[in-house]
Amino acid sequence: MSFSIKSFEQLVKIVPTLTYQKVADENSIVVSHDKLILALNVLKLHLGYQYNLLTCISGVDFLGKEYRFSVVYDLLSLTFNSRLRVKVFVNEITSVPSSMEVFINANWWEREVWDLYGVYFDKHTDLRRILSDYGFEGHPMRKDFPLSGFVEFRFDESKKRIVGEPIELTQEFRSFTFEKPW
Amino acid sequence: MILKKKELSRELKNFTINFGPQHPAAHGVLRLILELDGEVVERADPHIGLLHRGTEKLIEYKTYIQALPYFDRLDYVSMMCQEHTYSLAVEKIGGIQIPRRAQIIRVIFAEITRILNHLLAVGCHAMDVGAMTPFMWAFEEREKLVEFYERVSGSRMHAAYIRPGGVSADLPLGLLDDLHIFINQFSLRIDEIEELLTGNRIWKERLVDIGVVSAKKAVDWGFSGVMLRGSGIPWDLRKTQPYEVYSEIDFSVPVGSSGDCFDRYLIRIEEMRQSLNILEQAIELIQEGPIKSTNYKLNPPSRSEMKISMEAVIHHFKLYTEGIILPFGETYTATEAPKGEFGVYLISNNTERPYRCKIKAPGFGHLQALNEMSKGHMIADVVTIIGTQDIVFGEVDR
Repeated sequence: MSFSIKSFEQLVKIVPTLTYQKVADENSIVVSHDKLILALNVLKLHLGYQYNLLTCISGVDFLGKEYRFSVVYDLLSLTFNSRLRVKVFVNEITSVPSSMEVFINANWWEREVWDLYGVYFDKHTDLRRILSDYGFEGHPMRKDFPLSGFVEFRFDESKKRIVGEPIELTQEFRSFTFEKPW
Repeated sequence: MILKKKELSRELKNFTINFGPQHPAAHGVLRLILELDGEVVERADPHIGLLHRGTEKLIEYKTYIQALPYFDRLDYVSMMCQEHTYSLAVEKIGGIQIPRRAQIIRVIFAEITRILNHLLAVGCHAMDVGAMTPFMWAFEEREKLVEFYERVSGSRMHAAYIRPGGVSADLPLGLLDDLHIFINQFSLRIDEIEELLTGNRIWKERLVDIGVVSAKKAVDWGFSGVMLRGSGIPWDLRKTQPYEVYSEIDFSVPVGSSGDCFDRYLIRIEEMRQSLNILEQAIELIQEGPIKSTNYKLNPPSRSEMKISMEAVIHHFKLYTEGIILPFGETYTATEAPKGEFGVYLISNNTERPYRCKIKAPGFGHLQALNEMSKGHMIADVVTIIGTQDIVFGEVDR
């Protein structure tokens, strides 16, 4: 469980790390996207780490930053009872290599990041949308995607099917913050 | 007469069927594309997302307090465990200590929730396989448990009871006495369910050696909770990374050996007994004291205090208009929810709203192994495997 600064320094020697962070008792490292598979493989197979369980992959959108998207891999080592986050930062046009060859359960988590953020995963065998509707367009978790979306659906009695139309709000969507209450 | 090889072998084409999205055994809205060879499953391709409500997106537009009720609505059979994880995540970023009484109340309700969930899991699993009676018995007991929810929060399901900084209200008078009465009678109810199922030949024929997951596979697929323990890995976050007062409580973690559906059923039954054990110890541990942190940036002051203190009124107003402000920070906090490891990856940016709140639902990870677990089994066994994975679509689709 204990993961000191010293063990970070050891880790950096083995894993190609750009930087590391320690927030409270949680540790994360940042790797570059072309070294990701190497880093994950080392962390998984090295006897001193054995991060062999991929808990989840999450995307984060830092709109306005140079490297806009962050893909975060949460790893768990059952042997040493320790967690580690591996982060990759990419922009809109860079793709991330798929980690399916290291962790088979990366499949759906990467599909989810692709669906919600539009981060492309290289060599993913089955990169379909997963959470959004069939035929959905756009990546809804991006910060520049409006909460109300672009399309609304209703059942059309004359056509006897569900039709999608551009959304019409009777009242404009308002986002109240404390600094600007209206 | 010599038959040509071509005539001997018959061309068999696999056929594909749609299982769901409206199927009573699909536990909600699972659309499963099954490729069948006769009755044997060749490939199962789950299509999820039919219950996607954009919870994570909505949370980004809500304050930390407003975001809490969304967690009830994820896995709608283990409500408080998810509030609990979220509250722990907020407390971790904010660096908040909560009073001991609140910690114990949280443990009590987390364990009540575990029983609630396992009763439904075992009951519905039995019903999918063909035994109707345990379902009825389980729901009678669930009814008593949701009454505890109702007495403490006013709501039977979506309680919003465990909140950042403690719990929303103190236990009503006599609740722990009634809980004690419940504990005493409930182990008999488990015995009854076990009498009907554990030794039952049909139940065993449907469950033993179905959906076998080896220990290595379970880790590879990122399983957690009962699915991981069923394969023989003793991993329970309440033991390995204890939170609240679990480190002071003595309980055992049941572990399976063969990794099939029957083992996982036995573990769920045993976990209910262990939960009773934890509940009894928690009732012994409970002591008088506050139930919320007294940090007024986080929890509202009491009504009586607001009658005499201007400061308290200001705090109350700020809390319910602006909300909690968390400093820059990020955390992945996970707890042992009944279905497995439920995690919240929270990023805060010094405002009153979460910048990102990723929800790691255990069911999502389990469901993607359905293809491998059901390969080579009969189509009826797919139902057994969905049942044993304890899928609830509120959390899978988010």
